[in-house]
Amino acid sequence: MNFRGRDVVSIREFSRQEIERVLHVARDMLPVAERRKRSNMLDGYVLSTFFYEPSTRTRLSFQSAICRLGGRYIGFADPAVTSMKKGETLADTVKMAEAYSDAMVLRHPHEGAARLAAEFCSKPVINAGDGAGQHPTQTMLDLFTIKEELGSIDGKTVAMVGDLKYGRTVHSLSYALAMFGAELIFVSPRELQMPKDIVESLSEQGAKLKSTTRLDEAVKEADAVYVTRIQKERFPDPNEYQKVAGIYQINAALLKDAPEDLIVMHPLPRVTEISPEVDPTKHALYFKQAFYGVPVRMALLALVLGEVE
Amino acid sequence: MDKDMKLPLIENGSVIDHIDCGMAIKVLRILGLTSGEPEQTVTVLIKAASRKRKWKDIVKVEGKELKPREVNQIALVAPHATINIIRNHTVVKKITPALPDDVKGIVKCTNLSCISNLNEPIEPSFKVECREPVKLRCHYCDRVVEDPGSHLIE
Repeated sequence: MNFRGRDVVSIREFSRQEIERVLHVARDMLPVAERRKRSNMLDGYVLSTFFYEPSTRTRLSFQSAICRLGGRYIGFADPAVTSMKKGETLADTVKMAEAYSDAMVLRHPHEGAARLAAEFCSKPVINAGDGAGQHPTQTMLDLFTIKEELGSIDGKTVAMVGDLKYGRTVHSLSYALAMFGAELIFVSPRELQMPKDIVESLSEQGAKLKSTTRLDEAVKEADAVYVTRIQKERFPDPNEYQKVAGIYQINAALLKDAPEDLIVMHPLPRVTEISPEVDPTKHALYFKQAFYGVPVRMALLALVLGEVE
Repeated sequence: MDKDMKLPLIENGSVIDHIDCGMAIKVLRILGLTSGEPEQTVTVLIKAASRKRKWKDIVKVEGKELKPREVNQIALVAPHATINIIRNHTVVKKITPALPDDVKGIVKCTNLSCISNLNEPIEPSFKVECREPVKLRCHYCDRVVEDPGSHLIE
């Protein structure tokens, strides 16, 4: 298993053993991420963080990750300050990342952008989200959260809640959870059900699946509830959005009958799908989940830069 | 077959036979024969009886030998077609269009948000997901194109 120089474009390009290796290295990174220990493992390395779309957690956690390991970063969080405004292609911009840094993290509004970047950049390219496409490091940190908090992924039941139709990160996570032997409960309104082809592909993988519209029932069975935001911009008709907006909410009343060690996850940002009254409860894992993005991204950087094998 | 169908023979050119019934118009579009001033005689037979597949379409083009790119495109819309290249009334070459595993530069991705639809120095590129009916998966955005014959690059 060799990660040096490898691109991280889609979770589907990683075997279970490879993801387990990333999670193992991430665990080793925890004390450094929490600053209980110092590391200069990536001293002298420069990371490009090119963000063509808004991001809070992904961008800052990548920047924190390289800094915690003694490296530095260059880049932008607003494409308006780049030559894209002058009509420069992504392919040409990517060549600059290759010239100025040792690895590149890219978020872009167009699907397939990271694949293109990987073809034009000889240095490792890490996909930090390409439109409605892939977001593999989010999947890895979600897996890390479940493993750290529940002890294992295999045999655990994860309820995926909300927009299961359009949310491609939910599709990637379902695929990865199935690969790890987790059981899945899909909770969504009929309009936003998991696409049939993905359900079929998961079944072929041997995944144990269940679908329901009842969140209260799913919460009683699950070890983890993974909540997603229903995105207004996906709906061509605002009335259709209004029908499903706010249909599910995790709140104190719902969690009253939940198993004691149930964890509630969310990739954030949230709107109304998790009530703030859940925040102080032991079920609320979403902020810690966001923190776990740092050790997981530290692990990936160390692996693709070849400082950890 | 020509005798049965009473189609005019051609001296030099291409005969595309065994086109899936109803797909002749798409073949004409691939060959650039649906617009502009015609420069050659084109004979089209739609819904002809076929021993192999019950019905088929046939296209004959006088004075034009198909290019490899056109043959590949025809494989997308008419996977059972056969192509005869004619010179001096004689068949000099028989081609059976075969869909390659990777389809490059002949189909556009249907996902308007795909990076391959932007002004980037790349060719749209697909893996064949299903051969019958033909479905392609975009190398860049992963979207499946269900009817690639309707999304050919002009």
